[in-house]
Amino acid sequence: MAHLTYLIVLLPLVGFAVQVLLGRRLGDPQAGVVATIFVAASFVVSVMVFFGLLHIQAPVRSYTQTLYTFLPVGGLHVNAAFTVDPLSMTMVLFITGISTLIHLYSISYMKGDRDYPKFFLYMNLFVASMLILVLGSNMLVTFVGWEGVGACSYWLISFWFTRDSAASAGKKAFIYNRIGDVGFLLAIFLTFDRVHSLEYSTVFAHIGSIGSANITAICLLLLVGVVGKSAQIPLFPWLADAMEGPTPVSALIHAATMVTAGVYLLCRVNPLLHASPDAALTVAIVGAATAFVAATIACAQNDIKKVLAYSTVSQLGYMFLAIGCGAYTAAIFLMVVHAFFKGLLFLGAGSAIHGLHDEQDLKRMGNLRAYMPLTFITFAVGWLAIAAVPPLSGFWAKGSVLENAWAAHPALWAVGIVTAALTAYYMSRLTGLAFFGGDRWPEVAAHPTTGGPVAHHAEGAIPEPHESGWIMTVPLFILAFFAAVGGLMATSNVHFSLSNWVDPVFGGNLYDDHLSSAAVWALGTVDGAIAVVAVFIGLRLWSTRADRPALEADFLGRSWYIDEVYDTVLGRPSERLAAFCADVIDPKVIDGAVNGVATVVRRSGALARRTQTGYVRNYLLGIVLGTVLVLAFALTRLWWS
Amino acid sequence: MTIAGAWYLGLAAVLFSIGALGLLIRRNVLVMFMCVELMLNAANLTFVTFARMMNDIGGQVLVFFVLVVAAAEVVVGLGIVVAIFRRRANATADDLHLMKG
Amino acid sequence: MLNLLNGVIIAPLAATHASWSDIGTFAVAAAVVLAGAIGVVIARNPVHAALMLVMTLFGIAVLFVLQRADFLAAVQVIVYAGAIVVLFLFVIMFLGVDKTESVRAEPLRGQRPLAAGLVALGLAGVLILGLVSHWTTGKASVAGAANGPGSNVFKLGRSVFTTYLFPFEITSALLVIAVVGAVVLARRPPSTGSDGPDAIGATDTAGATGAIDATGETLDAAGDITDPTTETIDEEVAP
Repeated sequence: MAHLTYLIVLLPLVGFAVQVLLGRRLGDPQAGVVATIFVAASFVVSVMVFFGLLHIQAPVRSYTQTLYTFLPVGGLHVNAAFTVDPLSMTMVLFITGISTLIHLYSISYMKGDRDYPKFFLYMNLFVASMLILVLGSNMLVTFVGWEGVGACSYWLISFWFTRDSAASAGKKAFIYNRIGDVGFLLAIFLTFDRVHSLEYSTVFAHIGSIGSANITAICLLLLVGVVGKSAQIPLFPWLADAMEGPTPVSALIHAATMVTAGVYLLCRVNPLLHASPDAALTVAIVGAATAFVAATIACAQNDIKKVLAYSTVSQLGYMFLAIGCGAYTAAIFLMVVHAFFKGLLFLGAGSAIHGLHDEQDLKRMGNLRAYMPLTFITFAVGWLAIAAVPPLSGFWAKGSVLENAWAAHPALWAVGIVTAALTAYYMSRLTGLAFFGGDRWPEVAAHPTTGGPVAHHAEGAIPEPHESGWIMTVPLFILAFFAAVGGLMATSNVHFSLSNWVDPVFGGNLYDDHLSSAAVWALGTVDGAIAVVAVFIGLRLWSTRADRPALEADFLGRSWYIDEVYDTVLGRPSERLAAFCADVIDPKVIDGAVNGVATVVRRSGALARRTQTGYVRNYLLGIVLGTVLVLAFALTRLWWS
Repeated sequence: MTIAGAWYLGLAAVLFSIGALGLLIRRNVLVMFMCVELMLNAANLTFVTFARMMNDIGGQVLVFFVLVVAAAEVVVGLGIVVAIFRRRANATADDLHLMKG
Repeated sequence: MLNLLNGVIIAPLAATHASWSDIGTFAVAAAVVLAGAIGVVIARNPVHAALMLVMTLFGIAVLFVLQRADFLAAVQVIVYAGAIVVLFLFVIMFLGVDKTESVRAEPLRGQRPLAAGLVALGLAGVLILGLVSHWTTGKASVAGAANGPGSNVFKLGRSVFTTYLFPFEITSALLVIAVVGAVVLARRPPSTGSDGPDAIGATDTAGATGAIDATGETLDAAGDITDPTTETIDEEVAP
C-alpha cells in the first residue's frame, strides 16, 4: 500500500489543475465540492498508506518512494522522492483530515463570494504543497513545499486584495517568510557543502564527520527559516496581520498546517539538534520567550481572530520549547492536538463572524450562546482544551511539554507555567466577551460600521445572529470530538498510542525525563489547578463587563510596539536608502555613466569634425601631412635597419 | 661621363616641393592647377633620370604615358573649372566649402 | 666662400668627370626650372603664372635632352608647352580670372606656416633618404636598354608598340573619354535657348588648330558670363 504515496500529493494537484481549467465554469458551489472531494480522496489514500506502513514492522518503519531525478547538476543529485515514516505519516493524516473538514466548511462559508472557484484553487494547491513539504525525503523537496505553502499563504491572505489592508497583509506575510527562507537556503547550502548530499538519511549518517560548529550553524540557520515560517520571535508580526484572509484560511494555514511546518522540520532534523546542544537550547529559549510574549499580547486584543492568531504563536512557542528540550514526541502530540482545537476555535469564530454578518470585534459581540448554541458548545470544548483544563486533550499535551521542560530547563518551565495561566485567562476573556454577557451587537447594527471584510446585508436591518448550516457545523463537531478525546493518544497502554508510533523515529535522540510518577502527578496537578483558576478568573472578569482598560494595556495591544520598532530600525532606513538610490545613484551615477559615454562620443565627434573645414586646401594639407609621415616612417626604417 | 643622377633627382625633389607649396598656398584655381603640372613635371624628370641610371627604357615609356594622362586630366579639369566658375569669374578655391562638417 | 663653392658644388660636379658644357647646361636649365617654378607660385596675375610655367617646361625639356631622352623633350614642348599651357590661357581668358588675387592675405588659419613647415619637412626627408639610402636596387634594363647606341625614338617606339601596346591603346581610349567628358561638362544647359559654343575644353591635345578656331567664339561667349540661368554650385549655403 505504501507505493500509493505519490497519489497523496497527486490528488490535490489534480484538483488544483481541474480548478484552474474548469473552476469558473463549475461555479458556486460545485467548484468547492470538487475540491473537497479531491482532498478527501487524498485523505483516504493516506489512510491506506498508513495501514501499509503499519505492516512494516517496528522499529524502523520507513518507506521511500523515488519518482524521478529532480536535479542532476554536477555534484548535486536530488531526487523527487517521498519518505513515509511515522513522523511524516502523522503529519499527512492530520493535514489531509483537517483540510477535508475545512474544505467542507468553506463550501458554505465562501458562498456568494465573487472569486469562489479561485479560493478552492489556492486551497488545493496549498494542501499539495504542504504534503510535498512533509513527505520530502531530502531538504530540497522540503524546501519546494516550503516555498509553495508560502506562496499559497500569500495568495490566500490577500484573497480580498481590493482591500488595502489585505493586500498589505499578504505582502507582509510573504516578506517575513522570505527572510526565514534565506536562513533555510543557507542551511541547505552549508549542508551540501559539507556532506555533498541533501538526503536526510545521508546527512544524518555523516553527522560524525561534519564537525560540531557546522552542525550548530546548520541548526541555527534552519531555526531562522523556522522562525519565519512558524512566526516565532523575531519574525512573528505577520501572523496577526494574516487574519485579513478568510477564516477558513486562518484555520487551515495559520493554525493547523503551515505554521506547523517549522515544528515538523525541526523534528525531522532531530539528529542534528541532538548533536548540537547549543542550538537546541536556543530553540527552547526562543520557543519559551515567544510563548510568553504572544500570550501577553493576546490578553489585550479586540479582534477575535487576532486573539486566536497570537494564541497560535504562543502554542507554537510551546512546541519549540519541547523540541529544544529534546521532547519531540511531546511537541508532536501538542501539534496534533493543537491542530484540532485551534482549527475548531477558528471555525467556530468563523461561524460567529458569519452569523453576525462579518463582525469581528469582540467588543461588539456578546451573548452569542443564546443565538448560536451549537457553535457555543463546540467552541467551549475548544476553549477548555486550549486552556488545558483536564481531562481534555490540551491538558495532556501541554502537561507533557511542561513535564519535559521541568526536567530539562526548570527556568523555562517557569515561563511555561506562567504562559499557561495567561493562555487560560485570555481564552476565557475571549469566550466571555463573545458568548456571554449582554447583547452588544444590536447597538452596532443600528449604526453600521465598516468593520468586517464583506458586507452582506443592507443597512438599517437589525438581523439576529443565526446558526450556520449543517455544512459548517458538522466539521465543528468532528473537531470538537477529537479535541476532547485526543488525550487518549498519550496513554501508552493503548496499543495504538502516539509514543509507540512515533518514538522509534527519534530513537536515542528522544529526551527521557526520568521523572518519578509522583513528580508527574505533582506537575499535572499544578497545571490543572492553574488552568481552572485562570479560566474562572477570566470568565468572571469578562462575562459581565466588556470594558476594562486597566487590563488592556496599550503596550500589549500594540504587540509590544514591535511593528513600530521594525519600521524605525529597518523600514525607514531602507526607504531612505531606496530614495537615495533612486534619486542619486540612478540618475547621476548610472545614467551619468551611460549618458557620459554618449557625451564623450559626441564631444570627440565634434572635436574630430573640426578637421572637416570644407576647404580643399586644408585637405591638401592633410595629404601632405600624410606624405611627411610616410617619409618619416621610411627614415626610421632606414635608421634601424 | 654625364652628371650624376643624384643632381637631377634633387632638382626634381625641389621642384616637386615648390609645386606642393604653391598648391597649398594659392587660392586661384587655375594657378593651383599649374602647380599640379609642376609636380607632374618633377615626377617626369625623376622617371627619365631613373631610366638613364638603370638603363631602362621603361622609365621613358612611363613618362610618355604620364604626359598623355596629364593632358587628359587638364582637359577634364578645366572643363570642370569652366562648369563651376561660369557664374562668378573671380571665384577661388575657398568659395567651395559646402562639404564643411 | 669660394672654398665653400668649390667644395660643395664644383668639386663634386667635377668629380663626376662630366664635361663642362654639360655642367653648364645643367646649371642653366636648373636655374630656369626653379625660377619658373617660383614664379608660378609667386605671380599674382594668372597669365604671368602661365608664362612662368612655360619657362619651367622648357627647362625641363632641356634637362630631358641632357639625359638623352630626345623624343620626350620634343613631346614635352609640343604637348605641354604648346597645348596644355595654351589651354590654360584660354580658360583664363574665357573666365576672366586674369584679375589679380591678393596673395598677401590668407583666410585659412595656420595654412601658410603649416604648409611651409610640412613641405620643408617633406623635402628634407626626401633629400636625406636620397643621400643615405640606396637609390636603385632593382634590376636594370627590364624593358630594354635606354642608353647606348641607337635612336631614342626607335627604342621608345619599339617598347611602346610591343611591350606596352595595351596601355597605349587604353590611353587613346582615355583621350576620347576625356574629350567627351569635357564636352559634357562645359556644355551649357539646353534651357538657356542660346546655344553657346561647345566646351572650351573640347580641344584635341594633338592639334592646336582647333583651339584657335574656338578662340573667336570664346571671346564672343565671354559676354555670357552673367547669364542668370546657369546653375551655380558655389553659392555659400549655410550648412
